[in-house]
Amino acid sequence: MTAQALAQVVASGLLIGMVYALIAAGLSLIFGLMDVVNFAHGEFLMTAMYATFGIFVLTAIDPLFQLPLIAAFLFVIGVVVYRVLITRALSVKVNSGMVQIFTTFGLAIFIRGLAQFIWTPDYRSIRGTLLSDKTVSVLGVYLPLPQLAASIVCVLAFLGLYLLIEKTDFGRALEATREDSEAVALIGVDRHRIFAMGWGIGAATVGVAGAMLATFYYIHPGVGATFALIAYVTVALGGFGSLGGALVAGIVIGLVEALTAVIIPPSLKQLGIYGLYLLVLFIRPRGLFGTL
Amino acid sequence: MALSSAFPAAHGAPDAGERRRRRQLIAGAIVLAVLIALPHGTSDVYFQNVLVLTLMYAALSQAWNILGGYCGQISLGHALYFGLGGYVSTILFTQWGVPPMIGMLPGGILAALLALLVGWPCFRLSGHYYAIATLVIAETGLLLFLNWDWVGGALGIYVPFKTESWITFQFRTSKLPYYYAMLGFAAVLWLVSFWIENAKWGFYWRAVKDNAVAAQSLGVRIFRTKMAAAAISAFFTGVGGAFYAQFVAYIDPDSTMSTQLSILIALPAVLGGIGTLWGPLVGAAVLIPATEISRSYLGGSGSGIDLIFYGALIMLVATLKPEGLSGILGFRRRRPEPLAREGEATSATP
Repeated sequence: MTAQALAQVVASGLLIGMVYALIAAGLSLIFGLMDVVNFAHGEFLMTAMYATFGIFVLTAIDPLFQLPLIAAFLFVIGVVVYRVLITRALSVKVNSGMVQIFTTFGLAIFIRGLAQFIWTPDYRSIRGTLLSDKTVSVLGVYLPLPQLAASIVCVLAFLGLYLLIEKTDFGRALEATREDSEAVALIGVDRHRIFAMGWGIGAATVGVAGAMLATFYYIHPGVGATFALIAYVTVALGGFGSLGGALVAGIVIGLVEALTAVIIPPSLKQLGIYGLYLLVLFIRPRGLFGTL
Repeated sequence: MALSSAFPAAHGAPDAGERRRRRQLIAGAIVLAVLIALPHGTSDVYFQNVLVLTLMYAALSQAWNILGGYCGQISLGHALYFGLGGYVSTILFTQWGVPPMIGMLPGGILAALLALLVGWPCFRLSGHYYAIATLVIAETGLLLFLNWDWVGGALGIYVPFKTESWITFQFRTSKLPYYYAMLGFAAVLWLVSFWIENAKWGFYWRAVKDNAVAAQSLGVRIFRTKMAAAAISAFFTGVGGAFYAQFVAYIDPDSTMSTQLSILIALPAVLGGIGTLWGPLVGAAVLIPATEISRSYLGGSGSGIDLIFYGALIMLVATLKPEGLSGILGFRRRRPEPLAREGEATSATP
């Protein structure tokens, strides 16, 4: 392979890696906050993709300008899911391990069924946006604009999430709740509010990723499952609950996936990241930056 | 949860548990008698087909329940063992003429070995980590089989019809032999579970589920205990896969190794009552006919209505009736005493 081709592969791996990182960040945030794995995370992503598609078809508003709307929509979904479903699941005393896993799994199946009912199982795609079919060339490497835009938006969203958690009072309350959710009640923090916000923000971040993905990826009811699996691998690699870990792992996963697709048939391209996951599982089960 | 809840006999009078077990055996015999008579009420092939599937999922879920229910390790990748068992027996049959009645044993054994291999790294993980690991590993297996030409790749393998006999497990004229084979399979798994509930391993598993640290301090070797549960559970799941491949005379990765199937294997136990003797059977009896009927009469699986129904049912049962539907029917294992005690303790201390 020439250096040129290698640079092309690395570039496309980096671009999708940023998207993976943001998807994983939402999952990791919720997990770190309250020790719950959202098995419907991929379906949140799929919801955002369909919402973007639907709004684009109906109003022709470009996906780029829909971002705030989609983020807000997913935020509301996240909060409602927490208030209606997760609080109930967490208060169950019998078989709590099973309840936590199957409540969100049930939600995932429910959302998938709903999407199939509304949109049919057909594959959809968004065409004719501002960025569609345009590419830029940087140092001889061709970058499709939709992918580039998605990558930039995801990095910005990631940065925003980081600042929110590290630099604001809300972020400090979040961190304190993560450390000891019982103790924060003593200083007047409503932990249910924090948890609900955590779910809202986690869903909003995956919503941003979904809206951008929708501009260059096929949309169908099962699309979430693929990305959710990658998100679990990313989070496991980076360390559950670690935001920085999600960023590094997302990029690593993107690169590994792109390189695998060159070496072995593209139909096996996920083998590289699954193999990486198994390697991590054997060697360092808490992930690169995890504190399991 | 207190470790003592794993030892129900310690609470009541010593003979109370014995009497309960005798009642369960009698109930089991009655249910078996009803199930033996059931298909004679109809010659409708569709109805018989639903019955076969119901019994198969009851048995598979009972096998899943050994690991997921009694031992508390929620596997979301059991389809891998199911598919592997099916492939092994099918390939032995088509390539070397080994009859499936024998081929299902290596199928089950390979599935058990694979479960040990998967368990070796994964049982160091707890709770969700384990569930996610099983999910990813099963998906890896699916990907490999989809791209493995020697086993037919995505197209799968058709099982050629040889002779109508129990040895080849092929029957052309009637579905009834399949029904009775599945009934036998389900009955074996019921008996295994019945035995486990009162055996040393069963107590170990429930102790590991309820409180692993306490169990360890009492001398239970957690890792080995989980591995044993995984191997037994996977063995029977693999055997089930071999049965299924002969029943539909066809095997492909998507229908035997998908995540969707892994969920379908776990669901009857979850709905009926996870970690209970009757849960998987009750769950399958509710879920499978409901699914099949909604698929045939509510506009097929393409509309997504069956998924909406499923998803809602899982959420409702998990949050509102986590002990499962069989609790409603009075089949539940008796254990309210230690639970109530723990509930008081947690509400008393802020």
